[in-house]
Amino acid sequence: MADLSTNDEAVAAALDAPVGRGEPILQVRGLKKHFPLTQGILFKKQVGAVKAVDGVSFDLYQGETLGIVGESGCGKSTVAKLLMNLERATAGEVFYKGQDITKLSGRALKAVRRNIQMVFQDPYTSLNPRMTVGDIIGEPFDIHPEVAPKGDRRRKVQELLDVVGLNPEYINRYPHQFSGGQRQRIGIARGLALNPEIIICDEPVSALDVSVQAQVINLMEKLQDEFNLSYVFIAHDLSIVRHISDRVGVMYLGKMAEIGTDEQIYEHPTHPYTQALLSAVPVPDPEARAHRERIILTGDVPSPANPPSGCSFRTRCWKAQDKCATEVPVLAVPQRFQGEDTPAAHFSACHFAEEKQVVPAG
Amino acid sequence: MSITDKTAAVPAPRGGDHTGPLLEVKDLHVEFHTRDGVAKAVNGVNYSVNAGETLAVLGESGSGKSVTAQAVMGILDMPPGKIPQGEILFRGEDMLKMSEEERRKIRGRKIAMIFQDALSSLNPVLNVGYQLGEMFRVHHGMSKKDAKVKAIELMDKVKIPAAKARVNDYPHQFSGGMRQRIMIAMALALEPDLIIADEPTTALDVTVQAQVMDLLAELQQEYNMGLILITHDLGVVADVADKIAVMYAGRIVEQAPVHELYKRPAHPYTRGLLDSIPRLDQKGQELYAIKGLPPNLLKVPTGCAFNPRCPKADDICRTEIPALVPVTEQDGADLPGRKSACHFWKETIHG
Repeated sequence: MADLSTNDEAVAAALDAPVGRGEPILQVRGLKKHFPLTQGILFKKQVGAVKAVDGVSFDLYQGETLGIVGESGCGKSTVAKLLMNLERATAGEVFYKGQDITKLSGRALKAVRRNIQMVFQDPYTSLNPRMTVGDIIGEPFDIHPEVAPKGDRRRKVQELLDVVGLNPEYINRYPHQFSGGQRQRIGIARGLALNPEIIICDEPVSALDVSVQAQVINLMEKLQDEFNLSYVFIAHDLSIVRHISDRVGVMYLGKMAEIGTDEQIYEHPTHPYTQALLSAVPVPDPEARAHRERIILTGDVPSPANPPSGCSFRTRCWKAQDKCATEVPVLAVPQRFQGEDTPAAHFSACHFAEEKQVVPAG
Repeated sequence: MSITDKTAAVPAPRGGDHTGPLLEVKDLHVEFHTRDGVAKAVNGVNYSVNAGETLAVLGESGSGKSVTAQAVMGILDMPPGKIPQGEILFRGEDMLKMSEEERRKIRGRKIAMIFQDALSSLNPVLNVGYQLGEMFRVHHGMSKKDAKVKAIELMDKVKIPAAKARVNDYPHQFSGGMRQRIMIAMALALEPDLIIADEPTTALDVTVQAQVMDLLAELQQEYNMGLILITHDLGVVADVADKIAVMYAGRIVEQAPVHELYKRPAHPYTRGLLDSIPRLDQKGQELYAIKGLPPNLLKVPTGCAFNPRCPKADDICRTEIPALVPVTEQDGADLPGRKSACHFWKETIHG
């Protein structure tokens, strides 16, 4: 036991070391999460698995925002939970400052979680209705008392309220006394309480009204600069992701289809799924509708319990050929763009990757 | 596997057999009597829809857009809802003065509605064939067998694959997009003159949203129906609407043909909304945000309801409610179909 605790302390020491701007702070390698499907009551027999996340790899750099987009059921939220170690990964690694957090437990995991915080989608269900705002934002301090000594907490919470643009006098109010946008601010304040380095935002603005969305987005950008945060920003709204992200990853059926900088993804997409997704986004400009080309996919997303062989997108893809059914395309710079210095040369998991501009230049 | 096509240009509004608009809402008021007081959800709304035309009603939650639609449809919960004044004219007849019997004949047959959340709008314990067939059994007195045949036809019409095999499936066995198609099929069953779609694609993914909106537009063209599209999504509106009514705190603050509205908004709220949405084709530095919150309907600000959030607000805005007045060019030339409820519309539109 003594041996283990010194190990924990070594981990904790490693976690306190700062990471330089632009260096990877989180490295995800081959992350998988399969949920078992069982049959029978007494002797549960596994009859299959829902492959919610099936081999995802990416890096998060210090100080950047990585957007993850995809349709519902593509595994975005499961990735978020895996990064927090709220779900145990089936396979793969998540390196935070060189530590594989999927293998950690106990005190070492607690130390990691202090630095990785989460903001949830639904501000109506993610705040306990029986706790005051002060208790909600102060709760992280109960778990990590080293961050704020007991006598200092109330002041700390009021500071946090001020930081997210709420009146510090609201500390004794209950969540139902706030509007949706204000509640999301409370959620953000709770995420900030422990001075984390990474915040994972799972659809933070999709439940908010349009005019309030912009306020929350602006707040998040301001906080990123102020506290030097790295964001993983998960959303299904491609326009918002473009606005806030430095790099964007597109997920489809548990896999990363394409990943690159926001310019590479939005202006030079090479994966057919990204192209279809982008072309389907309604542009708030009636002038554009006459000459906008749209790719309308047929059918629905296949079940992750029984994904198609080869490329998982082939059942809805207009380019699909025999090769797509047999060979799983790897996420890499497509061969035809290798060595070229074009924005199209970024990671794309397609056998027939080619550039196609679908977003009207503005 | 997919259809790549150009989006159709705005179709010219087509006139029906009768003169005048298909539906006309005149000075409609709706209020809800609650324990905390009277919430005025709709305060004098006017709009009209012609056959073959798409009117988009745009607004945030609590702006009264859905309540207006429910009043038109006659499905408002009364009490606590109450319509103290106003007229809803369908083909020139005031529906609010009709008996419940007469209204029932119009509802579903002449005016149909598509709801946002298909899963909670469909009955989970009845198969979709039965629910689709109900329209024919109740309104046309068809036999169960004939109604089922009709149901299959309808499912084909809205492009549900293998309609014959799936007609006996239950709502939970369909995906979100397919369920929304069933809702559309149900609304279309009796070939109504007017369809009210309340956030028809909000719960759907973008790729499916595009499929559903396309289907709706296609069917509208085929049957020459009027369509009222209620939404908060400025992108969807730009894609399908002919004209737009922007609502705020129970009033229409701006009315305009779709192209005009996006080019030159004549109300600070519309302008704020347009500036506050991130664009796919643009990457700006900071988003413009409308400050403050939508008002509480129990205590709407005096004067213009938008004044506490408005960058242009002046003394007059805090005392006088601006009327919805026609908007003109700088030289006084008419701008057909444009109206704004702002004391300073001239400054807003002409800069």
